[in-house]
Amino acid sequence: MSGPPSPSPKNWFRALRRTRLGEPCMKTYPLECVELLKRTRGAFQAGRTVNERFRQTQLEAIVRMLVEHECDFVDALGRDLHKPRFETVISELMLVKNEAVHAINSLKKWMEPQRVERNLTTTLDDCFVMNEPLGVVLIIGAWCSPVHFCLVPLVGAIAAGNCAIVSPSEHSSHTAELLHRLFPSYLDNECFHVVLTGLNELTEIVELKFDHVFFIGNKEDGTRIAQAAIRMLTPVTLVLGSKNPCYVDEHCDIPITARRIAWARFHNAGQNMVAPDYILCHADAKERLLQALRCCIMQFYGSDPRESRSFGRMVNLECLNRTRDLLGKCGKVAVGGKVIEAEKYIAPTILTEVTDSDPIMQQEIFGPVLPILTVNSLDEAITFINQREKPLCVYAYSSNCKVISRLMTETSSGSFCSNDCVLQSLLAVLPFGGVGASGMGSYHGRQSFDNLSHRKSCLLRSTRIESITYLRYPPYEDRNLSLMTWASNLSQRSQGWCQIL
Amino acid sequence: MEDPSSILHRLQKTFRSGVTIPESFRRTQLQNLLALVQENEQLILDALHKDLSKPKFEAFLSEIDMVANDLHYTLDNFYSWMQLEYSSKNLATRMDKCFVRREPLGVVLIIGAWNYPLHLILLPLVGAIAAGNCVLLKPSEISQATEQLLAELIPKYLSKDCYSVVCGGAEYTKALLENKFDHIFYTGSQAVARTILQAAAVHLTPVTLELGGKCPCIIYGHIDIPSAARRLVWSKFFNAGQSCVAPDYVLCSAEIRDALLPAVRQTLKEFYGEDARAGPDMGRIINPHHWNRLMELLEKSRGKVVMGGEGYQEDRYIAPTVLVDVEESDILMQEEIFGPILPILTVKSLEEATDFVNRRAKPLAVYVFSDEHSVVTTVLENTSSGGFCANDGIVHMALPGLPFGGVGASGFGHYHGRWTFETFSHRRGCMMRSWALEKINVLRYPPYSDSNLSWLRWATSAKKSWISCSIM
Repeated sequence: MSGPPSPSPKNWFRALRRTRLGEPCMKTYPLECVELLKRTRGAFQAGRTVNERFRQTQLEAIVRMLVEHECDFVDALGRDLHKPRFETVISELMLVKNEAVHAINSLKKWMEPQRVERNLTTTLDDCFVMNEPLGVVLIIGAWCSPVHFCLVPLVGAIAAGNCAIVSPSEHSSHTAELLHRLFPSYLDNECFHVVLTGLNELTEIVELKFDHVFFIGNKEDGTRIAQAAIRMLTPVTLVLGSKNPCYVDEHCDIPITARRIAWARFHNAGQNMVAPDYILCHADAKERLLQALRCCIMQFYGSDPRESRSFGRMVNLECLNRTRDLLGKCGKVAVGGKVIEAEKYIAPTILTEVTDSDPIMQQEIFGPVLPILTVNSLDEAITFINQREKPLCVYAYSSNCKVISRLMTETSSGSFCSNDCVLQSLLAVLPFGGVGASGMGSYHGRQSFDNLSHRKSCLLRSTRIESITYLRYPPYEDRNLSLMTWASNLSQRSQGWCQIL
Repeated sequence: MEDPSSILHRLQKTFRSGVTIPESFRRTQLQNLLALVQENEQLILDALHKDLSKPKFEAFLSEIDMVANDLHYTLDNFYSWMQLEYSSKNLATRMDKCFVRREPLGVVLIIGAWNYPLHLILLPLVGAIAAGNCVLLKPSEISQATEQLLAELIPKYLSKDCYSVVCGGAEYTKALLENKFDHIFYTGSQAVARTILQAAAVHLTPVTLELGGKCPCIIYGHIDIPSAARRLVWSKFFNAGQSCVAPDYVLCSAEIRDALLPAVRQTLKEFYGEDARAGPDMGRIINPHHWNRLMELLEKSRGKVVMGGEGYQEDRYIAPTVLVDVEESDILMQEEIFGPILPILTVKSLEEATDFVNRRAKPLAVYVFSDEHSVVTTVLENTSSGGFCANDGIVHMALPGLPFGGVGASGFGHYHGRWTFETFSHRRGCMMRSWALEKINVLRYPPYSDSNLSWLRWATSAKKSWISCSIM
């Protein structure tokens, strides 16, 4: 998978540790999954995951796993994606830890039944909504942020009282193997498992009976997963990659804008589902933005990003070739453009003179390449965005709040952020997910809990009070009907009488 | 008949124009819908009577009043539902604004069912309008009179550019589904649900499925038999048993069964008289196909008919029927009955009853009749279903505050009241950052340094019992 080892001691130690970690893991085949699913379902039906203490213990175990094996995660992600330690710690480990702690702090409140406003006829009854676990959840995480995409939904699944089977992507194989190795030492062995499979086996696995399938990845794979889930009527959550537009207005703080955009686009070597995919820059700001971006790249990664310890690599040759092809076919390289296949390296690249019909504008880029398209007005930018499928995120940079407001209200996307990128997808308090072609369902914080629970509506009545109920029974009489209709109509200001009594 | 693609195209164009967004527009449409229901009561009653011989009382309670009440509730509250929901702030987001915005999805398709042909299509419509969408309604072609009435009245009361009704059978629906909708809301059977999901998956359209299931009714422990019998009979034979939440079968001990049967017999007499067919209060089966299906089930069942059992093809009547000595393998226990036939199965313990329920697909509702709180709690906590009601049937779906929907094989998604609004909205997370605090922000930029990392870690770690932020 990785390039030829360099003779430096650092890599030599890495190689030693690789052998210490053991033999490469065997794949989990669909037949084994059937057994695993049976065991997991048995554990769920036995009620292991239901009580609050159990859920908290599991969540605490996740935190401990990340703390105690930080080096191993940094190492694994370094080998999978050449991810710098800084990025691994901040955008993967800390993120999951914070979600887990947030869940631990809030679990009691989330688990409480929500009482519903009662009305006259139900005053003597108990009406509430109970949050029930669904059962066994299948979590399929993409390779670009394998720890975050597998473990944040897992936090939600555990908090909601489910069992889970996690399938990290085969493309981030070292991280997948690490999770596979660590799970049994930290999490309940009957309830939570990691399986190692490819996409083809995955679609077979999805056809087994799961209670929810949670998928984060690209649109084509997401569609296949959704189709596989139909047989068992399994509900799915899909968070799918898309082309996230980023509008830069003539009136904005260009240096800060450039820094925030460059950080968002080039971290993880551009392999990030929430990164701005392309810029729609107002004609008056374009030259300044380009210059500022050029400076930022220099500041961040030095004159040769290949030497920088802060810049990542493409996950594999297939992705590298795909991005290289897009680069070659259109636009003008204004910054970067260098590709070194042996190292899976693509330099942070900015393209100008890109048009709407270019190949690079037809699919998600998913690499360190940022096209800048020029627009002459905000209207043009909004029309451009709306002509395309709904993206995961829409970004807007402007000092004019009316511009921001228009972009927010006149476009639709999974989420929106003004004057920055990516951050709205990291907060536990904001739901994160797609809409339309970028997916369905969302997660993070309470949203994960709700998404992976079933809200059961409960009405507990008593048989003792028959005095009003009798009005509804046959033989039907107009007099009774009038009484009930009169009572119903009285309710206009409040939440309504229960008309059936 | 207008081609579905061109209708959809028109609705999409209207949606893009933004006309459905303002609160005043939504309010006007909702008020018009309320007027539709209130001003055409007699026409609605006639149509429902033609389709299902629905008694006037049942039609008011379960159709007209349900829609009217949901409309009142929505009109009173939807403005507050539309407001931005601000998130709690933390250290790093103090200078920023984080909120959730509820946005309409676009053009949504609502497919109705024939058993409650009015409310199953209009209740979702209420929430869809309140959420700011354009809507294409496809009422069930099986309840023809109501379908025709809706096709006639909706364009008279609601904006023609935003809301359309299409009529057609299975072939037409198939063609309709080839188009891209922003949400599909379907009430009906599992088999058709799969077809809808197939079509929706191509476009990645989210779907809400309201399906049926065999809703068990467990009667156990100390119980006031006459009251239980009345409520059971009422909820089972309402709409001639054609309700997705009707108690499908009863699980009880032999002793309770023996006490229950005379009470049920008595109740049936009180409710429907000596001859239910002669009285006005018993509904009819929707069509010959379903009548045949039910009569065949009765014939093939190995249970013993202790009440009812007669059927008359000419008016599609089936008498309220109760069977005992029904085994789990009986034909009546294989799929949802959806008719006025009530099998009673005996169990020896509560555990046997809950195991029985848990062996089967998750139903839309689980019912339990018992005066003992511990029995109710045991069933509540040890079974899973869309909804749950103790000591009554059906009524839990009439409260607008409670979400109505299935789980597992009985569907996914829910609606009624605010839940419909949420179903047809997209909750978009928004963050408005300021230019300020860039000095702290620089900590996250490359070239990465260990000291910056330490600072960031310290600042961003969530501690137990206080939330912090993420990456600034």
